[in-house]
Amino acid sequence: MNEVFGYAVWFAQICAGLAMLNATIRLFIGPAAQDRILALDSVYTNGMLMLLLLGVRSRSPAYFDIALLIALFGFVGSVSLAKFLLRGEVVEP
Amino acid sequence: MTAETLPLWVTIPGTVLLVVAGIATLIGSFGLLRLRDFFSRMHGPSMTNTVGVGATLVASMLVSSALAGQPILHELLITLFVSMSAPITAITLLQAALYRNKARHSRDVTPDGSSA
Repeated sequence: MNEVFGYAVWFAQICAGLAMLNATIRLFIGPAAQDRILALDSVYTNGMLMLLLLGVRSRSPAYFDIALLIALFGFVGSVSLAKFLLRGEVVEP
Repeated sequence: MTAETLPLWVTIPGTVLLVVAGIATLIGSFGLLRLRDFFSRMHGPSMTNTVGVGATLVASMLVSSALAGQPILHELLITLFVSMSAPITAITLLQAALYRNKARHSRDVTPDGSSA
């Protein structure tokens, strides 16, 4: 059963990689700026998933902290970019 | 894979959860790529944010608990954070998209939607 679990981890990693590729295509062809922000947020989420799966595969707890940091920075970046689209500035006086 | 073997109560749910997470992530990103307008495209990555991240985190929690020999719950931090932050991102982005769509049609419009 352990081999099947290893194949499942491989499958999930390949899926996350393909999802990141799709989001990158949308990031380049996106017609409006909000499409690009959404695609960048999706790239961040898929990167976090890939790090978590790497942590499952290598069985080391070190990747968890990096995944948490990526989730945090992705949230801050997406919200500040959307806020810039909405108001024209990020931090209002 | 490393040499140590995982018990059966980890590998069977872990395999199912990882396959479900991979398929959900792939479907969500195809939605982001293939749907027509922006407001439909918002629905794709929310599938990645809920099913993909949730199932992967439960599988990771199972594996790390089996390796440590005791329940390890700190993956719940990421679940909590993602489930709190994804709606905020979606709402802010939707407000920005609505404002930009309105501002393209009428020249003078304020960000809360009422045209001045």
